[in-house]
Amino acid sequence: MTTTGTAGTAGAGTTVRTVRAGGTVPGRAAGAGRALEFWARTYRRTWRGSVVSGVLSPLLYLGSLGFGLGTLVDTGASGGVGVPYVLFVAPGVLAANAMQAGVGEATWPVMGAIKWQRQYHAMLATPLAVVDVLLGHLTFIVLRLLAVSVVFGVVGALLGAFTSWWTVGAVLVATLCGAAYAAPVMAFAAAQENDQGFAYLFRFVLVPTFLFAGTFYPVDQLPAAIRPVAWVTPLWHATQACRDLALGSPDLAAVGAHCAYLALWVAVGVVAARVVYRRRLVR
Amino acid sequence: MDADDREVLISARGLTKRFDDFTAVDGIDVEVRRGEAFGFLGPNGAGKSSTMRMVGCVSPPSGGELRILGHDPRTSGPQIRARLGVVPQRDTLDEELTVAENLVVYARYFGISRKAAHAKAAELLEFAQLAERAGSRVEPLSGGMKRRLTIARSLVNDPEILLLDEPTTGLDPQARHVLWDRLFRLKRQGVTLVLTTHYMDEAEQLCDRLVVMDAGRIVAEGSPRSLIEEHSSREVLELRFPDDDNAPWAGPVTAGAGALAERVEVLPDRLLVYTPDGDAAVQAVHAAGLRPSSVLVRRSTLEDVFLHLTGRLLVD
Repeated sequence: MTTTGTAGTAGAGTTVRTVRAGGTVPGRAAGAGRALEFWARTYRRTWRGSVVSGVLSPLLYLGSLGFGLGTLVDTGASGGVGVPYVLFVAPGVLAANAMQAGVGEATWPVMGAIKWQRQYHAMLATPLAVVDVLLGHLTFIVLRLLAVSVVFGVVGALLGAFTSWWTVGAVLVATLCGAAYAAPVMAFAAAQENDQGFAYLFRFVLVPTFLFAGTFYPVDQLPAAIRPVAWVTPLWHATQACRDLALGSPDLAAVGAHCAYLALWVAVGVVAARVVYRRRLVR
Repeated sequence: MDADDREVLISARGLTKRFDDFTAVDGIDVEVRRGEAFGFLGPNGAGKSSTMRMVGCVSPPSGGELRILGHDPRTSGPQIRARLGVVPQRDTLDEELTVAENLVVYARYFGISRKAAHAKAAELLEFAQLAERAGSRVEPLSGGMKRRLTIARSLVNDPEILLLDEPTTGLDPQARHVLWDRLFRLKRQGVTLVLTTHYMDEAEQLCDRLVVMDAGRIVAEGSPRSLIEEHSSREVLELRFPDDDNAPWAGPVTAGAGALAERVEVLPDRLLVYTPDGDAAVQAVHAAGLRPSSVLVRRSTLEDVFLHLTGRLLVD
């Protein structure tokens, strides 16, 4: 104990070392855990709103597309998609929903932590390193995506849009899909000076992906020239794997390959985000 | 107290920070010893904050040597930061969380157990006179309260060095005095303080020793008293003449005060006569037949030193 001279005699509120505390340097996992704890604590203040939107999202999508549009598809001249349309579209929307949540969590919150509320700067004044800050936030996002996807799965199952226990696997793949978007978008967000870029990201990347990556119809329906564009997107892989799982008789080798592709996006995203974060936060 | 016996906690040799082609810190040498209150004084853009960020191990030096608590910040940033307390220029409090939560969250970054973090938060809220606001959200607090909370937060890990970057900028006089009082107490408890400021009264109140920075360089170093002795006269005589322009009076005043005027400075509305004896200088000016409309004799202050060393021109 280093001495404080006045500690023994001073009254309440005049000394700061009656309670002993000291900083320690974390290992990698512990460092990310310390950063994660902050995000989890902040989330405790806002979780109610996110639960409402988490439940509403599957109700709206599955209600309008699965049961509304689905009635037309199933009874139309084309003969449908081989299974009731709601069973076809639900796993796709499950994955797309995670993608949207992943991008949402990786844009404004990241910029806020750099520019507005500056929580990253607070963390970096402590023993935490840039990697801890990054991985802590990403871990929080993944947990949020898991929660969002679980809620989607449960609500969808109650609506009859998911019928197989393999849907549990689809929920996990959807979470991975969200992470495959969140990690690179964190890198993108940390490189932005203002949130103008996010509008372009949503308009020119996210919405087209949502419409053309096989969520609502098989990509085979697209002109041959466009199909490869869909195949590159993580969402297409996630949709294929989720659909395969949720329909109850998955080809596990194919699902594994899709997951590997998603994991690659996560890995590349983390490496890129680490470079951008360091450039932005340590200068 | 002989400063030289105390352990050197911060030592910089030729420390440099460049951003592209702009040199913010241009080869400074600094030594801070345990228990000292050390100040970086300088106008905006002098390189104070860049220096503080390097010492805080959040900005790698571009050149020179820097050792903090015996470690090299390039390789041991986390180890050093574990033993530092940082009060950044702009608050980084989380405004959505409560006052107490801000402290606990921050303590957790240092790996302090939840139990200890809560106990520490209670102690620090007493110290920062925020105990009754423990459960309120940060956002509606006054600027002074947020600043005190930031200082409280910087103390969660019992830091050996406390870095304060312009701790009272933007606060009203009452809030500043409360803050100074808290910093005094910390100093008495043996915490080494390193602060930047452009307020002379703050530097005089808090610092045992300071350096004056200008354009990335150190232009003077010493205790507030020794800086005044070295760079200014003992007293300053302020003369106003009833004309729009006081400049023409500089010549007659210089001649009239004779050897009593070490230096005469012309300001738009008055003349400053730097002199060892203000009253004698007044007599000499009157004896020379000059009739200023107002006369003020005062002691030299750090502000005189500062303006002398860094100039009166606005550089930004």
